[in-house]
Amino acid sequence: MSRWKVSVDKNLCIGSAMCVAIAPDRFVLDERQRSGPVESAIDPDEQVRDAAASCPSEAISLVDADTGQPVDLD
Amino acid sequence: MSVDSSPVKFTPARPGQPLPDITTISGGRPVFRAELPDGRLAWLVSGHETVRQMIIDQRFSRAQAVAPGRAAPGFEMSAAESISGMDPPEHTRLRKLVASAFTARRVEALRPRVAAIVNELIDTMAGRPQPADLVAHFSLPLPAQVICEMLGVPAADLEQFHAWSDAIIGDWQREAGEIMTAVAELYGYFGTLIEIKRARPADDLISALIAARDDADRLSEHELTVMCCALLIAGHETTANHINLSLLLLLDHPDQVVTLRADPELIHGAVEELLRCTRLGGLPPARVTTEDVRLGGVTIPAGELVIPLYSTANRDRSVFSDPDRFDVTRDPASHLAFGAGVHYCLGAQLARVELQEAFRGLIGRLPGLRLAVPAGDLEFKPGMAIHSLRELPVRWGEP
Repeated sequence: MSRWKVSVDKNLCIGSAMCVAIAPDRFVLDERQRSGPVESAIDPDEQVRDAAASCPSEAISLVDADTGQPVDLD
Repeated sequence: MSVDSSPVKFTPARPGQPLPDITTISGGRPVFRAELPDGRLAWLVSGHETVRQMIIDQRFSRAQAVAPGRAAPGFEMSAAESISGMDPPEHTRLRKLVASAFTARRVEALRPRVAAIVNELIDTMAGRPQPADLVAHFSLPLPAQVICEMLGVPAADLEQFHAWSDAIIGDWQREAGEIMTAVAELYGYFGTLIEIKRARPADDLISALIAARDDADRLSEHELTVMCCALLIAGHETTANHINLSLLLLLDHPDQVVTLRADPELIHGAVEELLRCTRLGGLPPARVTTEDVRLGGVTIPAGELVIPLYSTANRDRSVFSDPDRFDVTRDPASHLAFGAGVHYCLGAQLARVELQEAFRGLIGRLPGLRLAVPAGDLEFKPGMAIHSLRELPVRWGEP
């Protein structure tokens, strides 16, 4: 199974910390309370998918590292 | 572990009363034990960093705090079945089904409709004799109509909703039986509406949830009903009373209204500052520790009630300079009025758009807006969940 690339658009992030609470090992807040991935290339992880699907500002992008296609968030 | 002192008595401030000086009460400790007005013992958490740390930590459970035998009577009991009373993974499974409808992007698309409702309500109110009750004619119908349209609930049923919503969240000192009767009636109403929508789906949130159940089995029939009720209730009294409390704060600071009127673009920051400075409810939703947790220099044992004091976080002077000053031009971006973590207010973005459009309309279209009675005569319902005004009589135009 191909790996995922995780990124967070800091301009969209509103610092809700939703992702940090759902997947504390995968996301971290910076000093401005904006989120970012701990590692940008990861093995598929349901918690990261949940975090992306739950983000109130749709700031988390998940793409298949091989195809570059967005990962299905459902 | 040892508990360093006996619990201090803690009574949340009534609306309009000054906040208790938490540093004096706590002796400067960010986490301290307190006895609540109903006699329950809880750990209270204060300060921006400590509150934030607590509410994003999964070891503080909402589900255990609203479990039978633990929940305070009334509102907390009814919260037990909704996502606000759940922990992951159940919480995540259900919240994901509605999260996409409330994202910043989706809600921004509703802004023209929200603005149109604001204008219709102000038109109607402006055609009535003064004084007018802002609660009945503006602050309650605005969010109620918006959430009803999102859900797909007929506007004709709004009056009935106000009554149910009021029984469930507006008055916490009602008998628990009365609250649970209102909950049962609301469940019954949505049970019927769901069958109607199932037969004739529309482009609304109820139909989308029915599809998630029938096509993909992602939630049970009961969860579907509870979700609809929770969205309706949560999208209702909260925004309505935020409009009321924000207006009271603005009228107390006429210079800030002048600033806002001169530069309408300030409305976005002003709404954040209003969120930071108003206190919507008395005692925020509690959590229970699932294990011993180290927080703010103390170890909270497993199984203890813990309550985050958001008002102290939003007035933390290490984050906000001169925190007691209300200033619509400041950037209060990191306030915790909507919480944080998995229970970050689902409707936060919607509430922002509603508040922005509400005050754009009230300030722009009703110059001279003022209270028609002394502020001290305003009456709040005796609940503690939400500071809910019975009436807000206002006048506008030339005195």
